[in-house]
Amino acid sequence: MTQPSQASANPGSSVAGDFRPSPSRVKISIDGVSKTFQVKKQRTEALKDINLQIAEGETVSLIGRSGCGKSTLLRVMAGLLPPSSGNILVNGSPLWRRSQVDTSVIEQLGVVFQEANLFPWFDVTDNIALPLKLRGVNKTERRKRARELADLVGLGGFFNSYPRELSGGMRQRVAIARALSRGPELLLMDEPFGALDAMTREKMNLELQRISLATQVTVVFVTHDISEAVFLGDRVIQLSPRPGRIEEITDVGIARPRSVDVQTTPAFGERIRKLRDALEG
Amino acid sequence: MRNSTLQKYLSWIGAPAVIVLLCLIWEVSVRVMEVSTLILPPPSMIGNRLIELVQESDTWNHTMTTVTEVVIGFTLAVLLGVFFGVLLGKIVWLELTLRPVFVLLYIIPNIAFVPLFVIWFGFGMGSKIVIATVLAFFPIMLNVLLGVKSVDPGHRDVMSSLNATKAQRFSNLEVRSVMPYLLAGMETGVVLAVIGAIVGEYLGGNEGLGYLIVRTLNQMDAPGLFAVIVILSVVGLIFYGMVFLLKRFLIPWHESVYASRGVSV
Repeated sequence: MTQPSQASANPGSSVAGDFRPSPSRVKISIDGVSKTFQVKKQRTEALKDINLQIAEGETVSLIGRSGCGKSTLLRVMAGLLPPSSGNILVNGSPLWRRSQVDTSVIEQLGVVFQEANLFPWFDVTDNIALPLKLRGVNKTERRKRARELADLVGLGGFFNSYPRELSGGMRQRVAIARALSRGPELLLMDEPFGALDAMTREKMNLELQRISLATQVTVVFVTHDISEAVFLGDRVIQLSPRPGRIEEITDVGIARPRSVDVQTTPAFGERIRKLRDALEG
Repeated sequence: MRNSTLQKYLSWIGAPAVIVLLCLIWEVSVRVMEVSTLILPPPSMIGNRLIELVQESDTWNHTMTTVTEVVIGFTLAVLLGVFFGVLLGKIVWLELTLRPVFVLLYIIPNIAFVPLFVIWFGFGMGSKIVIATVLAFFPIMLNVLLGVKSVDPGHRDVMSSLNATKAQRFSNLEVRSVMPYLLAGMETGVVLAVIGAIVGEYLGGNEGLGYLIVRTLNQMDAPGLFAVIVILSVVGLIFYGMVFLLKRFLIPWHESVYASRGVSV
């Protein structure tokens, strides 16, 4: 049951599918996406009729318990996993043509995974420059750009280090710089800081906020940490498990950039409490 | 810092020291217990015989024969091993059909086929090259196969999200991921290639270091026998060292190389 492409709001989900806080341009539109896995005779509905529009420059957190399909949704959005039905529109053009991705649409995306997935045979500079290398940018030019990005993510002194010489947080910074190197309009992040300790994580959240505001990139951020989701997101999208569907959309309503202190304000605490109740209830 | 420098040089100082010590014990005990030099000659006698042998051009010809057999046999094994390893790693039905056959051929003692190869390929270098190739092929092929199948799915995702072409995936990801596996296979393979060539020479023909061992045995020349073994060890060591250097050059980033370079890099 493939749905026709609809850029307009489609209140298909049970709750508030057409919630749109900003009238600005829609960057990415998730249009009736469903995904069913079939392992042997067992059918699993991972995603069911997901509809969501994300505006340019917005940061959206996707939250839910493990197994609710949030990573699946991100893989569908990243062009790594074809949806069973529905489509993803980036700037209005469909990402999927049946189960084939449109490569020109992929070019506008940057993806950061749960693990940094750096290539151990490349140093920091070459890891960051890899996307440019694949695009055919010459060596001097791409190294120059990679160094600028390394500076941006705070890895100025580590141009020639190899991934194994870096800490987990530094590796994830390299992965972010790599995802940014092609100048994507949309950054898709799948629990990128999940493996980091709380201190490093907080620091990385601030860095990400700074980078996203500096580059004006639109961010979709998958996490299972409520406070991280509220801190980073303009909106928090909550998925419910089996089948994964949008349960609730929370407008955080606190202006960005936010400082760490925002976490101690009553408004912040109230959002967190609301989300926690919804997740547990 | 002092500690790590000491550790770095320990294998260069320690190992030779242990060997010298063992030789001394050997020398003294053989002389004290008056062991027949036909059974166990003292190291000094072996050393003298070695110096004699090294001065004969005949010895060098035999050494070159063995070296040539190993080089050709090992090169063929690497080429065939990479070819079949990649082929089986890429084509699932081929792996399912052929892998059990290759594993079976690897497990059964293929040294047992050596007389057959002598019948098929003659008493010259041909049969020895074939034996060296056969012995070195299996570990190389099975390692490459494992390497092709072990490319990190996370790395593949990165390449997909970057719209990489097949050629780009090949040169930036697959070749480089397989390299440590290939080199591990080569490390085992090169040792087996030397063994294969020597065993081939035992059984047929009149050239090579293996033949020299048989000849010294027939002449009851125990010091000569030991001296040839020393030459053989040096040849084997050089081959192994070359693979090791290749490893340092090709995969300096890999754990096996990185760790051996010591603490500070």
